[in-house]
Amino acid sequence: MQALQILIDGFAISALYALGATGFTLIFGVSGVLNLSHGAIMVAAAVAAWAAASVLHLDTYSGALLGVAVALVVAFATYFAVVKPIQNSRRIPNEEKEIFVLTGTLLWGIMIQELIAYFFTNNAKTVLPIVEGVVDIFGVRTPRNEIFTAIVCCLVIGLLWILVNRTRTGKAVLAASMNPRGVTLLGLELTRIYVVVWAIYGILAGIAGVLLGMFLGVSSYSVGPLTASAFSIVVLGGLGSVSGSLIAAFVVGYLETVTAYLVSPAYRTIPALLLLVVVMYIRPQGLLGRR
Amino acid sequence: MAGFFTSRLFFISLACVVIAATLPFYVSGYILGLLTVAFYFGVFAMAWDLLFGFAGEVNFGPTFLIGVGAYTAGILNNQFGWSVYLCILLGALASVVAGFVLALPALRVRGPYFGLTTLVAVLMLQNFVVVFADLTGGEIGLTIPDVITINAGANYWIALGFMTVSAAILYGLSQSPVGLVLQASGQDPVQAGALGFNIVKHKLAAFIVSAFFSGLSGALLVFYFGTASVGTVVDVAVGVNVIVSAVLGGRRTVLGAALGAIFLIVAGEFLRPTGELATFIVSAVALLVVLFFPGGFLGAALSREARS
Repeated sequence: MQALQILIDGFAISALYALGATGFTLIFGVSGVLNLSHGAIMVAAAVAAWAAASVLHLDTYSGALLGVAVALVVAFATYFAVVKPIQNSRRIPNEEKEIFVLTGTLLWGIMIQELIAYFFTNNAKTVLPIVEGVVDIFGVRTPRNEIFTAIVCCLVIGLLWILVNRTRTGKAVLAASMNPRGVTLLGLELTRIYVVVWAIYGILAGIAGVLLGMFLGVSSYSVGPLTASAFSIVVLGGLGSVSGSLIAAFVVGYLETVTAYLVSPAYRTIPALLLLVVVMYIRPQGLLGRR
Repeated sequence: MAGFFTSRLFFISLACVVIAATLPFYVSGYILGLLTVAFYFGVFAMAWDLLFGFAGEVNFGPTFLIGVGAYTAGILNNQFGWSVYLCILLGALASVVAGFVLALPALRVRGPYFGLTTLVAVLMLQNFVVVFADLTGGEIGLTIPDVITINAGANYWIALGFMTVSAAILYGLSQSPVGLVLQASGQDPVQAGALGFNIVKHKLAAFIVSAFFSGLSGALLVFYFGTASVGTVVDVAVGVNVIVSAVLGGRRTVLGAALGAIFLIVAGEFLRPTGELATFIVSAVALLVVLFFPGGFLGAALSREARS
């Protein structure tokens, strides 16, 4: 009974984590950028979806779409206003660009967080779910929304897989992550590929954010923990490895759910952190990472 | 090194310290209190800069070292009532031990992985504080029975003196041959190793020095506040402020980091009337500096001087 409950809840949480972390790892794999404003973009999407319903009185579908659109806009803003200027800067030595991108996106994330807190307060916001009601799965009462979340996450990740492996644009993205110089030699514009990747990232983060808003609710305080969880999932799976982060998302999601149910919700994040430390010591490149 | 004592930077720093030392005679206790915190923060930022600017290691968890020092000192004083100075010293030593334990495995990994290991250390410490609430005071904070002194002026002088001495030692270290080896191993570890320098030993030393000053400053800070809490010495947000200070003031300058910290804290206070937008404005200014003056305040000033 409880085992089934853990299985179902853990799956929904893990799928959501996986969706959130996929975009993050994609950007790192292709352009070497660790985007520390990730949590802020997800929260911005959720808050936009919430505001669409409660301030603009739109229906839930338009609200969700608006949320994803906002995430896309913010993701582009992150790339064009913060990441690109740092990457193109001549005054920053190449070996230090990584830390500047980290600091820049971190500050950018704090700015978004503060703006959200200023205009929409710090209160937790729950987006109205698209599907409502509860179903009974072998005696476990499960909100339909939870099942919906899991299905959408899996569908989107599946679509992403098709996009990356089966389309021309996707293959260019994949090639750029393997060898940027090679791609340029083949006559593909690298900056165009980056824009495509940031667009994919924005949509993924937006969907993940809106679903999170429906499933658990968000507040401007969730920005830091969301970024941290995406970061640790991605490192656990191996930076830049999409399949690695999918596995890691499920490991972390289930570890957290099991701890919350069997030990105490207060210790929820501790086993995942311990696992992360152990993996860092034994296998610093992550589960499926390349050195 | 000898050139430093005749350089303009030395005289400007000396003048700043002398002027700062006379402040208690004519400014209010409120400003003194603000600057006292800013000075301790300055030491955090300088200790971080030694690690990042010179050893080239991005430590995302400066608050792990700060927090261990602060909480060790606070708990010893709270539980056993030992004298303040003994507690501060033991706090700094605990921080060194923690830094050593963290650095040994962490230095095996590089770049983002090192950063993450240090970040995880902070999250673990945060969880530890919350889980062992009987010992640490949990989320409410640890009450510390003793303080160094309640005189605002004396506290201010202690903080200023501590920052000046730390700055002298850290800056001296960064300009010494050891500092040069560190800088070399930060920029090209393979080549520095090929030249016969023991990189791991040097980086470990940098980590320990950084840990010592972070812990000492953290311990002094809690005895100034009279309380230790996650929000003031452990939270990731505090660590972010330390990093932003160092980048803002100018990385690889040590002294600039202190400047950045003082700016950050004083600016945050001046912007208090703007309410919730204060953090937004400070972050926006910091982002603009990062984008347009990547050298930071002191970096920009020094490079202008070098050009003229």
